[in-house]
Amino acid sequence: MPSMRDIKEKIASTKQMRKITKAMQMVAAAKLNRAQATAQDYSAYADKLREVVASIASTASKGSNSKHPMLATRPVKKTAYLVITENRGLAGAYDSTVLKYTQNLIREKHQSQDEYLIIVTGKVGLNYFEKRGYPVAFSKTDISDDFSFDDVLAFAKQTITLFDTKQIDELHLIYNHFVNAISQTLVDKQLLPLKDLESKPTEKVNYAYEPDEDEVLESLLPLYAEGQIYGALLDAKAAEQAARMTAMRSASDNASDIIDHLSLSYNRARQAAITQEITEIVGGAAALE
Amino acid sequence: MSTVHTDIVTPAGKVYEGDVHMVCVRSKSGELGILPHHMPIVAPLEIALVRLKHEDEKIVDYVAVHGGFIQVGRENITILSEAAEPKSSIDVERAKKANAEAKSQLNTLHATSEGYAEALLKLKRSELRLSTAAIDDTIPEA
Repeated sequence: MPSMRDIKEKIASTKQMRKITKAMQMVAAAKLNRAQATAQDYSAYADKLREVVASIASTASKGSNSKHPMLATRPVKKTAYLVITENRGLAGAYDSTVLKYTQNLIREKHQSQDEYLIIVTGKVGLNYFEKRGYPVAFSKTDISDDFSFDDVLAFAKQTITLFDTKQIDELHLIYNHFVNAISQTLVDKQLLPLKDLESKPTEKVNYAYEPDEDEVLESLLPLYAEGQIYGALLDAKAAEQAARMTAMRSASDNASDIIDHLSLSYNRARQAAITQEITEIVGGAAALE
Repeated sequence: MSTVHTDIVTPAGKVYEGDVHMVCVRSKSGELGILPHHMPIVAPLEIALVRLKHEDEKIVDYVAVHGGFIQVGRENITILSEAAEPKSSIDVERAKKANAEAKSQLNTLHATSEGYAEALLKLKRSELRLSTAAIDDTIPEA
């Protein structure tokens, strides 16, 4: 049985730990708020962009002579996976869900390393793939907690260039989607070639294109694809903060449980010591009589 | 005079919103001046100044728009761009710095070398910012 002093020390150190996890939980909650606000700002842009792209893509696909390479499926020789993880860990199963899923997906779909490559954000993911010898094309590990569009534009462009130059024939995004503060779901979505663009049957506006459809698509689609990558990164960031918040909350709860438990043993040990002392005194007094 | 509701939207949120009488943009195929009840049109834009004229012709808003495109719908106009700043929020110091950087980059790079196109874009953007910030938009006393 541990001594009273040992237990007391343990209680003190667990309390320290709880302080830290509580602070981290609070920080994550604040950052989550900010990430959600940014995501909201972005969604106005994304919705508009999607609307225009969809309306053009639907008319363009009818007159199929104008097929932009980003809309056309070509035989898939090489697939790229853009995997979004984070830098610091301490976010529960946030990274491992994504990484495990990617690993399984690759094992199922590909026989050799020539058939795919990986683009990864976040140190956790980068270490994971490099350690296991996966072909990582490039990575980005310096995404801060409140990044702007400009911060990731170069990265997004680099990714899309791979597709443009036909080094890859398909691009998938794999990341955690923010559902709400307590749940995230894994998303695996094909970004390039673009598909599922058909707009909902809202009011159809027949736009004129200046100078012509191809020209408009030429500048519109890269914008759209870059926007999608930025959107995914934002979404993943919000999910990360939420995951961290949840993880830290349960860590704090666990620390509280441990402290309760330890306090109980401490009190027991204290009582036992008192009882022993009394017994000794009574015993001593009896011996004197 | 009628007006049309105009938004300028970037990934960082809405940078401009208002009812204006005329929107002047420079598209890839030339200058466009769009009045209310224009037919629906979509056009990609150059890195250029966008002028938004209010009903009172003297009031004009200036926004530096870095590419993107304009979408004219039946009841509204939307300009979507990766970056856009109204005249009032342009950081002149930063633009000057970027301008000098881009110029020195262009001096060392050859037209075929990597990064030349980016430096050229950077130069264009910073020049646009500077010229937009330099516009005198004080309303002359009648």
